[in-house]
Amino acid sequence: MTRRAALSALAVPVLSRAGLGAVLLALAVLAGVTIGEVALPLGLVGDLLAVKLLGIERALDPIEAGILWSYRLPRTLVAAACGAGLALSGVVLQALVRNALADPYLLGVSAGAGAGAVAVTLLGLGGGAIGLSAGAFGGAASAFLIVALLAKAAGGGPAQLVLAGIAGSQLFNALTSFFIAKSANAEQARGLMFWLLGNLSGVRWPDVSLALPVVGLGFLVCLAHVRPLDAFSFGSGAAASLGIAVRRVQLVLIAAVTLMTATLVSLVGSIGFVGLVIPHAMRFLVGPRHARLIPASALAGAVFLIAADIAARVLIPGQVVPIGVVTALVGAPGFALILIRNRRRS
Amino acid sequence: MRIEARNLGWREIVRGVSVEIRKGETFGLVGPNGSGKSTLLRLLAGLMPRAAGEVWLDGAPLAQLSRRQIAQRLALVEQFADTGEALSVRDAVDLGRTPWLSPLSPFGPEDRQIVDRALAAVGMEGMAARAWATLSGGERQRVHIARALAQEPRVLILDEPTNHLDIHHQLALLGLVAALPVTVVMALHDLNQAMMCDRLGVMSDGRMVACGKPAEVLTPDNLARIFRVRAQPMIDPSDGSTLFRFLPMETST
Ligand SMILES: Nc1ncnc2c1ncn2[C@@H]1O[C@H](COP(=O)(O)OP(=O)(O)OP(=O)(O)O)[C@@H](O)[C@H]1O
Ligand SMILES: [Mg+2]
Repeated sequence: MTRRAALSALAVPVLSRAGLGAVLLALAVLAGVTIGEVALPLGLVGDLLAVKLLGIERALDPIEAGILWSYRLPRTLVAAACGAGLALSGVVLQALVRNALADPYLLGVSAGAGAGAVAVTLLGLGGGAIGLSAGAFGGAASAFLIVALLAKAAGGGPAQLVLAGIAGSQLFNALTSFFIAKSANAEQARGLMFWLLGNLSGVRWPDVSLALPVVGLGFLVCLAHVRPLDAFSFGSGAAASLGIAVRRVQLVLIAAVTLMTATLVSLVGSIGFVGLVIPHAMRFLVGPRHARLIPASALAGAVFLIAADIAARVLIPGQVVPIGVVTALVGAPGFALILIRNRRRS
Repeated sequence: MRIEARNLGWREIVRGVSVEIRKGETFGLVGPNGSGKSTLLRLLAGLMPRAAGEVWLDGAPLAQLSRRQIAQRLALVEQFADTGEALSVRDAVDLGRTPWLSPLSPFGPEDRQIVDRALAAVGMEGMAARAWATLSGGERQRVHIARALAQEPRVLILDEPTNHLDIHHQLALLGLVAALPVTVVMALHDLNQAMMCDRLGVMSDGRMVACGKPAEVLTPDNLARIFRVRAQPMIDPSDGSTLFRFLPMETST
């Protein structure tokens, strides 16, 4: 078989899997936009798409169409981007630091992003979504740096990394509280606290146009690095002897993770456990090779967070539960399972 | 592939090692624990940060090759390399193809055949689907060797490759390595196995204190001085080869 024939033989299962993934994602989005306090008919979605995308005239209920188009759809798309981005960040961090417990939340990256975003909001350094994201990026990058250096200084073992992550999270959460106590009025404080718990209520179209490109870019960067990520399985020394430019790969991937986490935290607050639990579930389903793990985790993360957002909206009638609370309710037991499984392995 | 090292050093642990290893040669490194064998092997593979000295592969300075170019020429099997990932044996050996793959030439049937041959060369073809975590120490070692073979290197650097192997697999591995048409540099502890190398370098306290044909280097005198053992050379009457019997030194130090 020639290389070309082999390529096309490979392309068929890859394409059919990508197709399956797209269908699953579309179904999840459909559920996300129709289920809620006001259940919307499926037919409305078709009609609305015909009007918005094809320019066909249809008679629509303006209130229902408004809920669907300006509220539910952006919210669901951002939830999908968020779930995919956090799951990807988890996969990449776990591979790079060779630690099953690494994820942006536990390593303090989310806390750093939160502190950065709050600082920008309250201290009035630059404005708008971009300024907020830049602040979050600065916070996330400093948190990662501090945690990584602390873990290294403490001996560099897996337990040290997790402990350094706790220290980092505590430090940056304390900074956040300090900024809020110092500069926010009561109403701002309540809003910020609610946002920090993870909240999609305020999401509108401009947020979509920030979240989707950033997560799309992050996904492509991860996809381009599936082999280097595999090569890290036996450590960075082994990766180097397999021809990986270790420093460059680490830098590019950590930048991608920091950018995704920072952007998502600045939009919807910090949502825990997605980056931890989704990659593990996917390792269990599709195995540890990143060529499958990366797309599977992105898809599962997106679907999971759409589902969590639906749950957040319908769990208590008339009340929206912060989505971070829903992911923690599902994620904490998942985390416990990972701990137990890890102990058995070692 | 010819390897030349000039004045290699790393901190105080390896000092001023110069050596030339010829194309196709099987070069053994021996020396007591902590004498710098593993560090020297990593220096030869270009893996130590802030190293002193220079290495040339077929006249090309290692420092001017990219990691990928080095990995296409040289494979390294380290003393301790483990993973917590639930990789299968085949997954681990597939990694050896990494330096040859790119988005334009993804893993294809030729790569699969190379991996199959590498698995067969170490007798692991029947265990390709086994999970890494379930392998014994010797099986893991053989998978590492297969991974290095799948890299199709022209230089193979092995750190105590016979470690953990049963006697059958030790001999099979040394036979395999000797028959490969590549340059091999390996650290060994068993001095009788070291006798099978074309040449030996003896490390002691970070320096290469002797280098040459095994019989010239492993003299009872050297063995007493460097390894602190009394060595009794014995001749195998069937083929006239030399074996050592080791006894403790008479005077304690
Ligand atoms: N990264 C490091 N930092 C500090 N010291 C090191 C480092 N790596 C190795 N050493 C020390 O350098 C010395 C040589 O180590 P090396 O691993 O090269 O020895 P070796 O000859 O391979 O020993 P063995 O036979 O036990 O494998 C040892 O004393 C070791 O403790
Ligand atoms: Mg050693």
